[in-house]
Parts: sequence; structure tokens; C-alpha cells
Amino acid sequence: MRAISYVRQFLEVVLAIAIAPLFTGWIAQCRAWLQNRSAPSLLQPYRMLRKLFFKDVALAQNASALFRATPYVLFGTMVLAAAIIPSLVTDLPLARVADSIALVGLFATARVFLSLAAMDIGTAFGTLGARREMMIGFLAEPALLMVLFNAFMLFGSTSLPSLVDGYRAHQSVVDPSVIFAAVAFVMVLLAENARIPIDNPSTHLELTMIHEAMLLEYSARHLALVEWASSLKLFNYACIGFALFLPWGIATHGADGGWPLLVAIAALLGKLVIAGAALALIESLSAKLRIFRAPEYLAMAFLLAVLGLLVHLLLGA
Amino acid sequence: MVLSAYHWTFALAETLAGHELRFMLCIVAAWMILGLAGFLRPHSIRFVAHLLFPAGGVLCLGVAVLAGLYLGSGRGPQAAILPLGLPDLPFHIRLDVLSGFFLLLLGVAGAGISTFAAGYFRSGEGTAPALLGLHYHLFLASMALVMLADDAYMFMVAWETMALTSYFLVTSHHRIPEIRRAGFLYLLMAHVGAVCILLCFGVLQGGSWQFTFDAMRGAPLAPVWATTAFLLALLGFGAKAGLVPMHVWLPEAHPAAPSPVSAMMSGIMLKTAIYGLLRISFDLLNVRFWQWGALLLGLGLFSALFGAIFAAVQTDMKRLLAYSSIENVGLIFTGIGLAVLFQTNNMPLFAALALTAALVHSLNHALFKSLLFLTTGSVLHATRQRSLGKLGGLIRPMPWVASLALVGTLSIAGLPPFNGFISEWLLLQSFLFTPQLPHAFLNMLIPLGAAALALTAALAAYVMVKFYGVIFLGQPREGSLESAHDANWLERLGLGWLAFGCILIGALPQLALNAVAPVTGKLLGDSVRPSSTVWWIAPIAQQQASYSGLILLAGIVAVVAATFVFVRLLAHGRMRRTAPWDCGYPWQNSRMQDTAEGFGQPIRHMFGTFFRMERHLPSAADTSPRYRVYIEDRLWRGIYLPIARGVQSLADAIGVLQRGRLAVYLLYSFLTLLGLLVFVL
Repeated sequence: MRAISYVRQFLEVVLAIAIAPLFTGWIAQCRAWLQNRSAPSLLQPYRMLRKLFFKDVALAQNASALFRATPYVLFGTMVLAAAIIPSLVTDLPLARVADSIALVGLFATARVFLSLAAMDIGTAFGTLGARREMMIGFLAEPALLMVLFNAFMLFGSTSLPSLVDGYRAHQSVVDPSVIFAAVAFVMVLLAENARIPIDNPSTHLELTMIHEAMLLEYSARHLALVEWASSLKLFNYACIGFALFLPWGIATHGADGGWPLLVAIAALLGKLVIAGAALALIESLSAKLRIFRAPEYLAMAFLLAVLGLLVHLLLGA
Repeated sequence: MVLSAYHWTFALAETLAGHELRFMLCIVAAWMILGLAGFLRPHSIRFVAHLLFPAGGVLCLGVAVLAGLYLGSGRGPQAAILPLGLPDLPFHIRLDVLSGFFLLLLGVAGAGISTFAAGYFRSGEGTAPALLGLHYHLFLASMALVMLADDAYMFMVAWETMALTSYFLVTSHHRIPEIRRAGFLYLLMAHVGAVCILLCFGVLQGGSWQFTFDAMRGAPLAPVWATTAFLLALLGFGAKAGLVPMHVWLPEAHPAAPSPVSAMMSGIMLKTAIYGLLRISFDLLNVRFWQWGALLLGLGLFSALFGAIFAAVQTDMKRLLAYSSIENVGLIFTGIGLAVLFQTNNMPLFAALALTAALVHSLNHALFKSLLFLTTGSVLHATRQRSLGKLGGLIRPMPWVASLALVGTLSIAGLPPFNGFISEWLLLQSFLFTPQLPHAFLNMLIPLGAAALALTAALAAYVMVKFYGVIFLGQPREGSLESAHDANWLERLGLGWLAFGCILIGALPQLALNAVAPVTGKLLGDSVRPSSTVWWIAPIAQQQASYSGLILLAGIVAVVAATFVFVRLLAHGRMRRTAPWDCGYPWQNSRMQDTAEGFGQPIRHMFGTFFRMERHLPSAADTSPRYRVYIEDRLWRGIYLPIARGVQSLADAIGVLQRGRLAVYLLYSFLTLLGLLVFVL
């Protein structure tokens, strides 16, 4: 492995950590515009993080070490995931550490840690949030895996860099199954990242909240890390989506030098701008579902993904 | 120093080379002697628990080392004939790679369980210490002999000894009626299974009336008889493994048994059934059909999903783990089913992958399920509570048990970088290749199978969050829990050993793959196996998928450490302790947390058709409201009770014959004789 690839790996991780809050801020801004409100500054998430990092932690008396370690674990897993996902280049030293199925597992690890931390203090809201989060998780995971199976059917790999390379090589062919898979993926993305049809990131209404209910006992630097990890998770999901469905611009194997990298950065930023606006549009147009409608929503995502697989098998075979 | 240690290890390996079977027999004999030695001082807990059990654990370690050396050496099978048994029916024993792998599993898990048991068994509980020691060590020895047996006679003797000793262990608190009931159900199912296995051997000998396994390998069987033998083996071993619908004994017997025994039964004994099924279907039978694979796959997936769903609604911690065992056994059967499907369609590479997944999962399950059952033992000792509704917050008084249980929890939930993830990942990877099977209809159905597998894996995470969260996290639900004490050092050692195994296989899955490789090579007739290097494992090729547990673990640790340092450097470490916030509600108490029932509620809601539920809801005017929900397995009323009633009425009908008067019985003999005479003439 060449030294330059390690440099690019480092660059990619730093970029992910740096612009993840910006992406969240951009979605919030688009939502505000669509809802005819005056928007907060794009830099608002950074100000929030700065404020939180300098506050004193108020920790519940009975909080255990698990509770205190979880923010670091969350942030760590999300940064590692960002290092594995080929958002800029496919020739990454760490990309072979985990294929996309292992990546789903990594996200599950983060989810389990957060749920356990939410149960640690023993408040009514914490356990409620943990239960709902695990419920959404176990429904979303099969749908996501079906999306990945679909990608495997097309390009014979579950490793994201190979998928990007494969997609770039056959970009003239658009298999109809991809469309089903893409819709299913967007639905899973919304559910997994606590976005509107399933959860609302900007409310603390006890009947509906999931993600926020788990964070209630966190404060200051712990909260900052958890929030940062959440925005990294959204960023990571978006990048997985780009790698699976919109891989244009990502510097593939052999594309050395500064120029492809600049193109890749520009392409990533462009895709993030559009994706953020699209997410904000979806969120503004849809209403939040009752919690027991969530299984139907995720079952639909799952069925779409399976339909994609069957379409591929019927047309391809 | 290091050099001399290396030298000694090498010398040891040299001495043992080629004599592994002989040394293993010595260990089996030593277990029996240890069991009997307890009677020197039958009531001394110190002698039996603190001396004999650790010695048994060391012997387990010996078995693991011998099996590991044997698997690593790549030598052929070792066979011997023991001059025991019936006059012209001596015991045949044989050590080959399949038995070697399962003996490795037995040794590794058994060492941890025996060490824990040394600290666990205390006086004044159930069976006398010496008797307990005898049953325990005979149980160990019989499981090892099941794996070493090379003829049907020896196999059945060992199998029955295993069933009986474990029955006595399950009923060691025999004064409690429910435990006697659970023990009886277990014994009944064990014997129904044993009868099926016996019949299976009867079919396998194929008219030669030779009951050595060698003769059975050579016996030509018509497809009908081969399928009959396979189905009988599936019934017999499925009953032992807890495959749905033969699973009913499992959630009864596991909670009834003392925790080390539950760990031994779930971690090791269920695997003897897996061993038996593999031995018969891949070794003794010469032919296989893809329909067998489809059957195994279907039953396995259904068991897995069934177990996970039922585990999610349990309120007894050991019952929850028992249902989770059904789930894991289902996953193992799924892997075996896929392997048969691939192998019968001439895809040995994919078959090796699926079989690897099944075997690695067996090993993993032996580690993490034993670990979790043992932690429930520590919790039980510390709190006297088995019901999840009365636990909570134990991470504070029991930090050792809680942190080791966390390792088991994350492993069994199938999360990277722990070991449970490895086998689930391999299984998912082997599912990816099913569209290449030449059966159009199967191809359409199998993606749904993969989805069921994914759902099961995700549900397992749900179940384990419930298990860990309700027992160890939150506020204690009973006042007495504050004074719970942590496990003693022997218990910690046993738990630590198993947790270490979970982390080691998670970080270095290559170790497990290397142990499995000779087995898949032998059973599938080729030297195919998933590729692995020091850093990576890749099921087929690295471009398709790869995973590195070590780098993942190191990466997480490094990033977490770096984050911690950065946060402390750039910000500060100030902190104060306050009351929990909970949206500013100050009157919260431990009753406001989710109970085990509450945590399972979404599952009850979504999968209601699986359960038979009885709910008693209080009305608004009740002065002392009681909420009660009772959940039952539909199969119990659907299958078992009708069978039981049928047997009862049949017995009643036959009971008419039983008059209790000698004259009537003489009349029966006379009539029978007459009938026979007519028949002969």
C-alpha cells in the first residue's frame, strides 16, 4: 500500500468529521426555507458543539461507566465507519476492513451502545427511547441488507469500493432493480437517522420521540459527542447511498494526483447539497407516523428491496 | 525464558503427536475417577467444589490442547478398540477431525464452566456435593465419548449416559415440583430422540448387521432408506438440539438446572446433537439430496425466528437465554442446510463457506451462551431472583459480572468486533451465493430466507439489549439489590476465560477458521475453505467481501482513545453529579422504568400470531390493580397436548386388559398360544 493512499484516507476522515455538522445544518436551513421560517445560520451546529464542549457535565448520580463511555464509543464507531466508506476515493487502506454488511453491523454496535446507555439511568423516557430505537433498528436492518443483496446481485461484491468500481465500469446500464433499491434505501435512511416519518429531530414531545428520548440525560461534552456522532451517521448513510446509487465523481483505483481528488471533493459537496435539499423536501412534505405505523413503513421499504431483487432475478435470469 | 517456554511447548507437542486419542481416553478416565473421588468426603464442599471441579477444568483444558494439536497437525484418524462392553461387541473409538473440532469446543467451554462451577456450588442446596460432582464429571466424560464413539453401540451408551447424568443434574433441586416436572419432560424428549437415533442406526447398517461406523460408511443404501435414515437422525438430534417443534423441553429444563449445568447443556450438549447430525449426514451416509438441505434450511430459519421472537417476550432471565439457544441452534441448522444445498449442486466452495459458518457459530455459541448462563448464576446467587421484573441496576454492585456479561451480550447480539458477528457474517455471505443454485423456485424463495436471517440477527440484538438493560442497568427494582455482592474469584476466572474467548475469536477469526478448515475439507471431500491471512478473512475473494476483526477492534480503540484525549485537551474534564433530569420530573422511581414485559411489548404487538396470550387488565375502578399477561407457545397446545391425550387414552384402552387377576392373565397366555398355533399351522 502506498503512502499517498494513507494521506488520502486521513484526508477523507478529517473531511467527514469536519463537514458532517455542516450537512445537518444545511438540511435544517432548507427545512426552514421550505416552511417559510427565517433560517438559522449554516454554522449553527458548530456553535452548538462549541458551547456544549465548554459547559460542565451534569451527570446523574447513578450513572455508570457504560453511560460515560458510550459517547466516545459512538463517535469512535462513526469515525471508523467514515474511514471505511469510500466517499472520495476507492483506494483506501481501511476500506477492506469491513464490507457493507460489516458496516451495517458497526452501525448496529453504535445503536446497541446508545440504547444501553439510555437504560442506564433508569428513567421512564430513557427506557422508552431505547425500546423504540431497538424496534426501529430491527425492522430497518433487514431492509438495508436486502438493498445490499441487490447490489451484490448486480456487481458480485458487498465491498463498497468494489461496488463503486463496478458501477463506474457499467454506468451505461441502469438495472431497474436499482430504482427499487434506491427508494428502499432512502426510506431506511430516514428511519435510521431519526428523520421525519419515523422520528422528529427537533421535538421533545414525549409521545413521539425516539432518538431525543435517549439523549435526555446527556449534557455538555457527552451530548456534544453524541450529537456530532449523529450528524456523522447521517453523513455516512448519505455517502453509502452515493456509493451505491450515485458513484459519479468518486476517484477510482489508479486515478492518482490532485485533480481527481479535487473533482471528487467537488462532486461530494454537490451531491450533499442536493441530497440535503431533497431530504428537507421529503421531511417537509410528509407527516410523522404514529409509532405503531413504523413497522408498516419499514415493511414497505423491505418489500421494495425484495421486489428489486425479484425484478433482477426475473429479468436477469 | 521465552525461548525455553517455546522449547517446552514444542517438546510437549512432539510427545503427544500421534497419541492424542490415548491421552484423551486417559482424561475421560480421569474425569470418571474425579467423579468417584468425591465420595471420599461426600459432604465436604471444600473438597468437592474447590478441589475436584478445578481439576476437572484443567482436564478440559487438556482436551482442548490435545484437540487443537490434533487439528493443527493434519494427521489422519486414530482408532482403537476398547476391550469393554459386551463379550463379542467391543467398544470402537476413533478420533478424526470432526470429533476433534467438537472436542476442542468441549474443552474450551468446559474449562470455563468447571472453573466457574468450583466457585458456584455451595453447601445446603439440593443434591449432596459428591453426587453432584459424580454426575457432572460423568456428564463431561459421556459427552467426550459421544464424540469419540466409532460404533453405534458405544454411541448409544454414551448418548444415554449423557441424557441420564444431565437429567440428574437438572433435577438437583428435586424438592421443587416444577423442577421435577421440567426434568421429566426433558427425560421424555431425550428418550424419544434416542429411539429415533437408534432406529436411524438400524437403517444405516443396511442389512449387514455390522454396527461399526466403518461398516455403515460402506453400506449401500437405496435413496428411500438414506432419506429415512436422514429424517430419523434429524428427528433424534433435532430433539436434543431443540429444533422447533421439538424444542419444548429446552425452556423448561434450562431454568430448572443450576447455572453451570444450564451453561454446559446449552453450550456443549446441544453441540453433540449438531455433531451427531453432521456425522450421520456427511460422513456415514454416502448420498445426500438437495431436498434435505431445503428441509434443514427451512426448519433452521423457522427455529431461529421462533426462538428470537419468544426470547423477546420472556420475563425469566434463564428462559430468555433458553429461547435464545433455540434461535442459535436454528442458525447452525440453517448453515448446515445451505451446505447440503450447495454440496448437492456441486458447489463445494460455497458449501465449505456455509459449513464453516455453521461450525464457527457452534464454537461461538458454546462460548457466549455459557458465559451468559454463568452470569445469570452469579446474579441468582447475589440476588436470589430469576425474574427480570425484580432485578435492575446490578452494574453498580456487581461491576465484574456486569462487564463480563457485556462482552457476552455484545457477542451474542452479533455485533462487530465480537465473535458472534463473524459467524453471522459468514452465514449472510453464503446466502449471497444462493442465486447461483440451479433451482429457479428456490432462488426466488431464498432471498426471503436471507431476510429472515437478517431479521433474526437484528431481533437478537433487541433481545440482548433487553436482557442486559433490565438486569444490569437502570435503578434496582427491589431494595435488596443494593446489597448484592460480586462474584468470587473462581467465578470471575471462569467468566473471564469465556469472555476472553469471545474477544479473541472476534479479533482473530482466522483461529476459528483454521480450526474448522480440516473439518470442511474432510466432510466436503476437498481442501476448499474460505481464505484468510493474518489480517483478513474473505469468504471467497477479497474483492467480494473482506473483514478484519483485529483492525476493526484496534481502530475503534484507537479512535475512542484519541477522541478522549482530544476532548480533554481542547475542552476540560469538569463534572458534577446531580439528580437525573428526566424532563424535570422529580418524583420518578424504579417502577417507572420499562419492565421486561414492557420492553417486549412491541414484539408482542407485531408478532401476536405466534403466541397464545392471556391478559388480565385491571379496570379503572380497581383499588388494587393487577396487570398480568401470560404467554404460551401455540405448539404446546397444538401438538404436544393432543399427543399426550392420545397416549393417555391409548394407555387407558390398553389398561382394560389389566385385570389384576391371575386367571385372566393365564387366559390371555392361552389365547395367545392358540393364536400363534393357528398362525404357524
